[in-house]
Amino acid sequence: MSDTSRGLPPRPLSPHLSVWRWHITMACSILHRGCLMALYVGALVLVGWTLALASGPDAYATYAGLLTSPLGRLVLFGLTFALFFNLAYSVRQAFWDAGHGFMPKTADMTGAAAIAFAAVATVVVWVIAAFTGAL
Amino acid sequence: MAESASARYRTALGRARGLGSSHHGVGHFITERVSALALIPLVAWGVFAALRLAGTDIHGASAWVGQPLNAVLLSLLIVAAFIHLRLAIQTVVEDYVYGFVAKTTLLVLNVFVCVLGGAAGVFAILKVALIGAL
Repeated sequence: MSDTSRGLPPRPLSPHLSVWRWHITMACSILHRGCLMALYVGALVLVGWTLALASGPDAYATYAGLLTSPLGRLVLFGLTFALFFNLAYSVRQAFWDAGHGFMPKTADMTGAAAIAFAAVATVVVWVIAAFTGAL
Repeated sequence: MAESASARYRTALGRARGLGSSHHGVGHFITERVSALALIPLVAWGVFAALRLAGTDIHGASAWVGQPLNAVLLSLLIVAAFIHLRLAIQTVVEDYVYGFVAKTTLLVLNVFVCVLGGAAGVFAILKVALIGAL
């Protein structure tokens, strides 16, 4: 970090909570990071499922039991939200990469839309799961 | 086309300064974005797949993984996810962990976890697809 600056002005640090006014774009950014960290665990849960499947009926039954326990369902519900929020955020970032969507009102609107999409999609998926007997 | 005098006499460092990373930041950025683009359809497919599989037992699940298209897409989902997540978590560590030992340890662990996760997931899928779950 600073030891590579060779007398240049200090490099900028990441925005810190104490110097930023609370705002929807900032909330989205923080939520995005939080969701990515949750999805790190989620990816390992998915790998655990493939390993349990490959390990035979007993391992699979134990793992499925963990996933369908109340805590397991709560974790999966949270991961569903994280997944959908990151999906929407990736689309938002693709527009940013193309140079669109930086006007403050547009950025606010797309941020709120990403959260709304994630919330609605999560509920829809779990309602579908309930109706198809998956729960 | 002649360069302006001010551009001609500037050093390479002077021209590059302020224009972003001079190292491998661009590769990180592009890999992060391209893996995100790949994950958009893969994740949408994965959610549908999870809904279909949620009610099934091990026989249904292993028959589903045995379908070539499902085995390939699930492997791609896992690999793309770990490529994307390795870069994402690397950024978080670089932003918030300052100590050299702690930072380096976490960055190396991050790589190990992601490579191990990807390898284990793909191997398990291949095993189920090729010789079944039992």
